[in-house]
Amino acid sequence: MNMDALLLSLRLALCVSVILLAGGLPLAYWLAFSNWHGKFLLETIVAMPLVLPPTVLGFYVLIAMGPHGPLGKLWQMFFGHGLAFTFEGLVLASVLYSLPFAVQPLIASFESVDRTLLDASAVLGAGRLRTFWRVILPLSIPGVVIAVVLSFAHTMGEFGVVLMVGGNLAGVTRTVSIDIYDHVQSLEYAEANRMALVLLAISFAVLSVVYAVHRRVGRRLWTPWTAK
Amino acid sequence: MDTVDGEINRAVLTARLKMERLRPDSPPFLLDISIEVPPGITILFGPSGAGKSTVLDCIAGLARPDQGRIAAGEEVLFDSHAGINSPPQARRIAYVFQTLALFPHMSAEENVAYGLDGLPHQERSARVEEILEAFRVDKLRARKPPEISGGERQRIALARSLVTRPRVLLLDEPLTGLDAELKAAIVDDLRAWNAARRIPILYVTHTREEVDALGERVMAMDHGRVVSEGTPIEVLEAPRRKRLAQAAGFENLLSATVVDLREADGVMRVHLNGSLSELEVPLGYAAAGDRVRVAIRAGDILLATMPPQGLSARNVIEGRIVRMETCGTLVRARVDCGVEFIVHLTPGAVRSLELAERCRVWLVLKTHSCHLVEE
Repeated sequence: MNMDALLLSLRLALCVSVILLAGGLPLAYWLAFSNWHGKFLLETIVAMPLVLPPTVLGFYVLIAMGPHGPLGKLWQMFFGHGLAFTFEGLVLASVLYSLPFAVQPLIASFESVDRTLLDASAVLGAGRLRTFWRVILPLSIPGVVIAVVLSFAHTMGEFGVVLMVGGNLAGVTRTVSIDIYDHVQSLEYAEANRMALVLLAISFAVLSVVYAVHRRVGRRLWTPWTAK
Repeated sequence: MDTVDGEINRAVLTARLKMERLRPDSPPFLLDISIEVPPGITILFGPSGAGKSTVLDCIAGLARPDQGRIAAGEEVLFDSHAGINSPPQARRIAYVFQTLALFPHMSAEENVAYGLDGLPHQERSARVEEILEAFRVDKLRARKPPEISGGERQRIALARSLVTRPRVLLLDEPLTGLDAELKAAIVDDLRAWNAARRIPILYVTHTREEVDALGERVMAMDHGRVVSEGTPIEVLEAPRRKRLAQAAGFENLLSATVVDLREADGVMRVHLNGSLSELEVPLGYAAAGDRVRVAIRAGDILLATMPPQGLSARNVIEGRIVRMETCGTLVRARVDCGVEFIVHLTPGAVRSLELAERCRVWLVLKTHSCHLVEE
């Protein structure tokens, strides 16, 4: 079995989950509580990866990251090398691709917090930040778990975006799904099967966590197939 | 007793609020009240939809009135003219919600300590301790709200609100669903707590039983207005008919005496008590000389600046505008015709007729806009 590919996928999924959690919390808070009229535009952008073919997303990210693209130029300026076909580029593309899987469960659970509790917190003197940390976030733990687990699993299994942005560089951008594809191309079905089983097991484990959490909180917070 | 408490003792809550809320499928809701809440318990009584909770939300800073002024003692919390609107966090007004809104993931003790953020640890626990004992829930400190019984949850919600030493306490039907004995016990503890502090407490309810049980001062509210004020007996025993008619949305409620019946026309003439005017109203079960009440919606009255002619409407009464108040997109004119009428106008009508206070006007009333209510 190709341990390099598996470790790379795990490292990628971990990085993406952490970044999405850190960035998803403020973004989801804003989307859940803002009264701005144009909010739907941002909601649309966040949901885009759900319906966009990974190759389309990957294509534009690749263009942006390329030596003439804005992201690529910026990266070149700060780090002295390009962004396309690197691990960092893969992380960035995966963050965009998994954004709805992190942000939408967070929005759903923030919105399900009883607004009277937020009013109670305000009249007791707590500002927004304190209300978020002490009331909204603790009551949204199931949503946070689902967000992390789904963005992890989704990143583990992605193929199209990785292929477009990362290519197929062993130890740098060759993830599990690319590895499986390679094996099948070379008619190495036994090898492909081993890797595929690993992904299958991970997906099963992850979805059981999602459903176990749903069962515990007694209501559906969010699942990708209800949004699709 | 520290200086903060000394300051609280003199604080009277005053609130003048005007607010218009558009609602789908029904006429806009107008809130227009001016209340004064002295130290001690004052009850705000009225049917659901009367605007009671909106009043509390405005005072707490959770809703923003279109116009008005809210002050606790000397300190102005909201003033639409001066552009003052302090946030709920800064008002030091405690609010116990109908649902209590205890934080379900925190223990009773953590709930109570929530508002004491920033105090040194020692003082914090001392204050929590004191209030838990005052409301007899010190044994429940480690339990979370879902594990606490009704009645005790109310006590914890009161403790959580009062531990911050607020200058005003707002209660929105906090004891709904409890039996009378339990209610009385909780109210006794609240009274005992407030005996030394004397803060104004505004208690909202829609049940007469609570008014009877709590009553010191009562303000009855309906359709966004305070309709009567006084002791529970004065407010609750006020003529039932009067409250019924107002509950149905009549701004004008006039007492009158029947002059004669014209059964062939299906009408009768009544004399408005206290004026020289007569009205033709639909025939009712009454005899000449009977006293009746006539209810007329302010929006059903037409207003003319010249004596109108060639009208189908039977009632034209001359009067003079004594006051005009703009309330959102509505102008409320008080017209003195011997008795005072309230007439609703649009700002456009006021402009095109060049209406102003002291203008001479004629009110036009259709016979069937006059609703008869038995005395």
